[in-house]
Amino acid sequence: MNALAQMSALAERIAADPAPGETIPPEPILAESRLPAPTFAERMRRVAQVAALHADAVDRDGRFPAEAVAALRAERLLGIQIPEALGGEGADMSRMAEVCFSLGQACAATGMVFAMHQIKVASLVTHGAESPWHRALMQRVAERQLLVASATTEGGIGGDLRNSLCAVEAEGDVFAFRKDATVISYGAHADVILATGRRHPEAASSDQVLVALTSDQFTLERTSRWDTLGMRGTCSDGFVLAARDVPVAQILPKPFAEIAAQSMLAASHLLWSSVWFGIASHALDRARTFVQAEARRRPGTVPPGALRLAEATSSLQAMKGTIQGGLRHYEEAQGSPAALGSIGFAIALNNVKTTASTMAVSIVQVALGIVGIAGYKNGTPFSLGRALRDVLSAPLMISNDRIHSNTANLLLVQKGGGTFLGA
Amino acid sequence: MVLRMMISSQDIRETLGGIESLSGQVDRLSDDDDLFDKGLCSFGSVQLMLALEERFNIEFPDHLLNRTSFATIRAIRSTVTTIVEPVDA
Repeated sequence: MNALAQMSALAERIAADPAPGETIPPEPILAESRLPAPTFAERMRRVAQVAALHADAVDRDGRFPAEAVAALRAERLLGIQIPEALGGEGADMSRMAEVCFSLGQACAATGMVFAMHQIKVASLVTHGAESPWHRALMQRVAERQLLVASATTEGGIGGDLRNSLCAVEAEGDVFAFRKDATVISYGAHADVILATGRRHPEAASSDQVLVALTSDQFTLERTSRWDTLGMRGTCSDGFVLAARDVPVAQILPKPFAEIAAQSMLAASHLLWSSVWFGIASHALDRARTFVQAEARRRPGTVPPGALRLAEATSSLQAMKGTIQGGLRHYEEAQGSPAALGSIGFAIALNNVKTTASTMAVSIVQVALGIVGIAGYKNGTPFSLGRALRDVLSAPLMISNDRIHSNTANLLLVQKGGGTFLGA
Repeated sequence: MVLRMMISSQDIRETLGGIESLSGQVDRLSDDDDLFDKGLCSFGSVQLMLALEERFNIEFPDHLLNRTSFATIRAIRSTVTTIVEPVDA
């Protein structure tokens, strides 16, 4: 090869490399990933590219990440968790965590929309398999790539998932439902909403069921706007959600208490944490690039930020280990309601959430300290404003204090004696 | 000799009477009513476990600390019984 051809090949290689600010193909969250890597990784990478391209506009305008969600549909990632027999791919929690991580690096709001959708689908898959109506719904989710949202918070109740004011009002084979939902993330864009309510108008506030409502059945009247510091693209507006003449077959057959404990809380903590891990990794990638550029400029010296980088890298590794451990614990407990409903499991998953959310904030802050003004300023290859604003939601979505109080209560009866390598 | 103690539904009901989230309801509960459906919350269930441990001078092992073990009066009676009346060796 002559010199000219060599230079041209080099130029092509450089052109193919992602520029700063573009998404770098994600490394797997699980080292021993069981994925048939090329095809799945390629699908994830393509969605992440689209998400990264529009992330700043989504954040600036506080708008739904429509392009990225269209890409998720095009790559058929919305239905991956549905069992193969119903037209999905039977993806496990680790595989979904990979997608959350990949999207978290590109556009955290898209990552969170994907996570929240899959958390709802997890409840369908885990608790709807025996119900013909919900099996048919799962088929439709896979076939038409429907987006599923959640309506659990309510005016007068707040974020207390396990209590409802609104109730299912059944008459014969159909029911009416009306909920003053203070938050329905991406509600205006959802094809299906899973909502909690009391089993009947006389039921105790904690005697809840989960109902599936489709967009041709419900109406939404917007009551508040999601204008926030970060995670602006989740469009978590408040709505009055109402539906009439809904077949009672659309009520999930299991009590919501079981659904919350066995699929929803675990899936939430694991998938949210994977999004936050994506944000933290992205921030530290920028910090590392910054330190390396400094080192190249001043050969023979170690840049002042390098020490902080080393420290934050160690935190990132610990964070990754915590989430991986949670994923393993969850997957080992699959199929065992006793294990999923145990106090030890609840404590372990609570701890994944509080640890991951706290560490993610701290890692992004350290990354900003390393990068300095170039990170504080918008529109540079090292900007970290969006990452910082997004990640600050982590300790707040289900407040860490609420989770610590719950754990504190459970610790009053838990006995010790766990093993080191086992769950 | 193995220590034997008969656990009655009434013993369990007396303990349930002290749990705030079920207050005033205990007399109306059947042995098979789901206590969580009747308002027993996560906090209340832990308070119930603690009250049973204190009353019967027992400790529930981790594997019994789940929703099924404490879902009904009958289930609680059976859970407590397996601890205070272990099967003879």
